[in-house]
Amino acid sequence: MAGLSFVLAAGKPVLLRGPNGVGKSTLLRALAGLVPCTGKVEIGNVALGDEDWAEQLAYAGHLDAIKPQLSVAENLGFWAGLYGGDAGAALAVFELEPLAGRLAGDCSAGQKRRIGLARLALAKRHLWLLDEPSTALDAAATALLAKHITAHCAAGGMALIATHTDLPLDAETLTLAPPSAKTADPFLEGAFV
Amino acid sequence: MRALLLRDLRLALRSGGGAGLGLAFFLIVVMLIPFGIGPDTALLARVAPGVLWVAALLACLLSLDRLFQADAEDGSLDIIALSPLPLEGAVLIKALAHWMTTGLPLIVAAPVLGITLNLPSGGYGWLIASLAAGTPALSALGAFAASLTVGLRRGGLLLSLLVLPLYIPTLIFGARCASVAANGQDALPAFLILAGLSLGTLALAPFAAAAALRSQLR
Repeated sequence: MAGLSFVLAAGKPVLLRGPNGVGKSTLLRALAGLVPCTGKVEIGNVALGDEDWAEQLAYAGHLDAIKPQLSVAENLGFWAGLYGGDAGAALAVFELEPLAGRLAGDCSAGQKRRIGLARLALAKRHLWLLDEPSTALDAAATALLAKHITAHCAAGGMALIATHTDLPLDAETLTLAPPSAKTADPFLEGAFV
Repeated sequence: MRALLLRDLRLALRSGGGAGLGLAFFLIVVMLIPFGIGPDTALLARVAPGVLWVAALLACLLSLDRLFQADAEDGSLDIIALSPLPLEGAVLIKALAHWMTTGLPLIVAAPVLGITLNLPSGGYGWLIASLAAGTPALSALGAFAASLTVGLRRGGLLLSLLVLPLYIPTLIFGARCASVAANGQDALPAFLILAGLSLGTLALAPFAAAAALRSQLR
């Protein structure tokens, strides 16, 4: 991926769209600082690569980072220990209190996703990077997620959300297009003939 | 830091965690030695320190390959890497949890197994001391090797090949410390070298492991 430049406005979530394999997840991981990249990314006066960059953002990837041997409350308690914040309040955000004592391994895919997303409610971060957050969520949970994202943005936060579904959000859209086959494939250009 | 330590201990003790694996392996190997060598008590006494150390080293190796791999597979490693806790600190804590669930039980079991191998009475104190000083280094070096192989499926073989040469200095001075003491000689010089090796490893391994993990995160 190259030649990408955009500004995320605070107050309005941005949906990241594009065909499979175009690099939406890679972009999110690069913004999180997990994939090395060249270029400049800044939030206020903190730039990507700075020591406290990770403290500006919350990342929720494809994987929910849940340990099946631990209960729902223990999973959230561990993240609260790492990131700070109140695990009980985070449980409430995605209406997970009835599941608190259950082993995370016994939860359904949608419930696991809700546990993973509840992590966002723990520590206050400026930028949310969400990778397909609504996968496996039912309509009610999707609405809950949208409400939560809207509230985060209304409080001055930013959100970049890679998705293929229509989230019920008042959002801007950023579409990634694949590089054209002509420039991408040197064989078609005859470079090796 | 406490949260990560408690989580890792909890995971190790719950089903599928493998906390008892190293200890069970240690017991089985050491109990089998007298059957293999025969009831020659003088010979058993001579090989006891070395056998105990080799068995302890191999037992440490058993549970290493899942140290970071389990976290990498379910996405926890990303979350840990993005947390305010420095990755070096996380590596150290995970190595500590590995030591507490693998190394510590071995230290407790070793004197009992020393009796079955007819270890001379002078060797027990130094055997415990050498294991206490040496096994943390085994966990820390193991964490480094585990971080290099975190992206590989079935990386256990490569991990063993990487880590065994690194274990040799610890093994030599650890076993030497216990066997010299068992012969009634001064074990302090060997112990000091072992402790120095161990401290150096504990200081360097977390940085090496964190660097290796960062390059594997993508």
